[in-house]
Amino acid sequence: MTATPVQLESRPDGVPPDTAAADLLATDLVMLRDVARAATSRDVERALAMERRGLHELAVLLSPAAADRLEDMAQAAHRITVHRFGRAVRLFAPLYLSNECVSVCTYCGFSAGNEIVRRTLTPAEARVEAEVLVERGFRHVLLVAGEHARIVSKDYLVECVEALAPIVPELSLEVQVWDEATYRRLVDAGCDGLVVYQETYDPTTYAEVHRKGKKRNYDWRLAAPDRGAAAGMRRLGIGALLGLHDDWRADALALGTHARALIRRWWRCEVAVAVPRLRPAAGGFEPADPVSDADLVQLICALRLVMPDVGVSLSTREPPALRDALLRLGVTSMSAGSHTEPGGYAAPTDAEPQFAVGDERSPAEVAAVLRAAGYDPVWKDWQRS
Amino acid sequence: MSDDLRIADRTFTSRLFLGTGKFPSNAAMREAAEASGTEMVTVALRRVDPNATGEDILDALDTDRILLLTNTSGAMDAGEAVRLAKLARAAGYPTWIKLEITPEPRHLLPDPVETLKAAETLCADGFTVLPYCPADPILCKRLEEVGCAAVMPLGSWIGSNQGLRTRGALELIVEQSTVPVVVDAGLGAPSHAADAMELGADAVLVNTAIATAGNPAAMARAFKLAVEAGRAGRLAGLPATSSSASASSPLTGFLAKT
Repeated sequence: MTATPVQLESRPDGVPPDTAAADLLATDLVMLRDVARAATSRDVERALAMERRGLHELAVLLSPAAADRLEDMAQAAHRITVHRFGRAVRLFAPLYLSNECVSVCTYCGFSAGNEIVRRTLTPAEARVEAEVLVERGFRHVLLVAGEHARIVSKDYLVECVEALAPIVPELSLEVQVWDEATYRRLVDAGCDGLVVYQETYDPTTYAEVHRKGKKRNYDWRLAAPDRGAAAGMRRLGIGALLGLHDDWRADALALGTHARALIRRWWRCEVAVAVPRLRPAAGGFEPADPVSDADLVQLICALRLVMPDVGVSLSTREPPALRDALLRLGVTSMSAGSHTEPGGYAAPTDAEPQFAVGDERSPAEVAAVLRAAGYDPVWKDWQRS
Repeated sequence: MSDDLRIADRTFTSRLFLGTGKFPSNAAMREAAEASGTEMVTVALRRVDPNATGEDILDALDTDRILLLTNTSGAMDAGEAVRLAKLARAAGYPTWIKLEITPEPRHLLPDPVETLKAAETLCADGFTVLPYCPADPILCKRLEEVGCAAVMPLGSWIGSNQGLRTRGALELIVEQSTVPVVVDAGLGAPSHAADAMELGADAVLVNTAIATAGNPAAMARAFKLAVEAGRAGRLAGLPATSSSASASSPLTGFLAKT
């Protein structure tokens, strides 16, 4: 087989002005990190008592001092979440299109160097996977793929979206980042949401863990949600992969800052954040700064207290007991019954999953747990007009 | 004498309309709908799933007694709202539409420009249109002129539970309107609903305060009683409020006797 040369888009250095990415880079995150380091119990008290909180309060609530007030934070986060989102949790499922990848990222099972079974679904196979998910109740599907501009090309992605849009009311995309024109094609094909995790906001760590491939370009990735929003994506998901950087609080602060900047710049978009923790995967990467359950709870509560309206998404990386507890603290959407390998729902093969799933319960079991906890599992929350 | 509410060609005994979002379960929503005595509930078309594997939101409602007001929640401009309304009609739902155009997803504030545009199109197309709108007296008159069957100005930010923060504007709207005025958002306590009815609203629409209550059915009943009390108070003729005290035994009463 002869290799087809891949046309590279022009990617100017830096991020464009008047974007959330630029706003983030202009924010003094070092100062905010210092606030988190130095916060006292009195600062925490004040932040808890406020009605509208900003980034300064986010730093205070992420501080070690605030860890002593975790129950108070949890109670407040629970009240706000119920008030803003009701006792309802949206459910979605990831659909892995391909585990082909040309990037070398130390923490990911799909990393180019890993000797794993690779597979890419045809659009028709993707549709069969989606039919299984629809049968299981899902009406929101997140399409996921590794980074391979030839095999997982923009034309291929557009074809997949077109194949699925007629049967799936809400489609989101979590694949390599693209330019605005490609995002517009995907929106026109029926894509409603864009998910781009920066993984870590620390440029040094970012360079260390993304060793090869297009993903090395930090700025191009950081401005991807801006490009998606400009192209008409309605929902934006951003996230940090906790454990990559050796200071999770710094990444959490940057994530919160980024979310706020996106909300300001793209006021029509619904913005959601995710704080996945590293899971075992092919390649055997060890977390630099393991995030404890208590840390994760503090982080989710702090985000909720500062941004009452932001969505918080939780994947099946986390184990059942923790997922069930977190849903009361601020989580607004969850995946369930996930397979992280291409074809995993309808036609499983030996294809390698991206990471080990921590919650293996079926979608119906997760829905039953939600109902037992007094929450309405919301399968459908969108209607393309 | 009956005090029914008439909107377009339909008569309602209850002046409390119910939103169906944020409930912990369909069962809780059904119980609240029963306890509220409501005859009109609004349902987001984006939540309706004709192919649902389990019970869908519509299965939980007694549609013989309760009119389904599909809403265009999620629409960001007039074009989207119109398409959603037509989808609802094509799916066989009543042609009563609660027009909601909220381009910003966090505070769900209605877009006045797009709302007027969509209202004009939908009314001309035969829909019975009830628009959720800012509490702006001129906008409400314009919505009335294009054929809306009622106007639904907000009492305060949706879901805020702040009560009638738009009181001054609502008073004008009630005074000027020739179609029913339904106060739609921000009513967080039964007393807020009574307040709106005393002010002269024809009905109120409540969702968050009932759906997120510890006991939604009990809260629904409380709102029912408050709406009835407020309406009765309005009809009975509320005394004017005054900033100065008014003695019940006038000091100049003796003059008439001479």
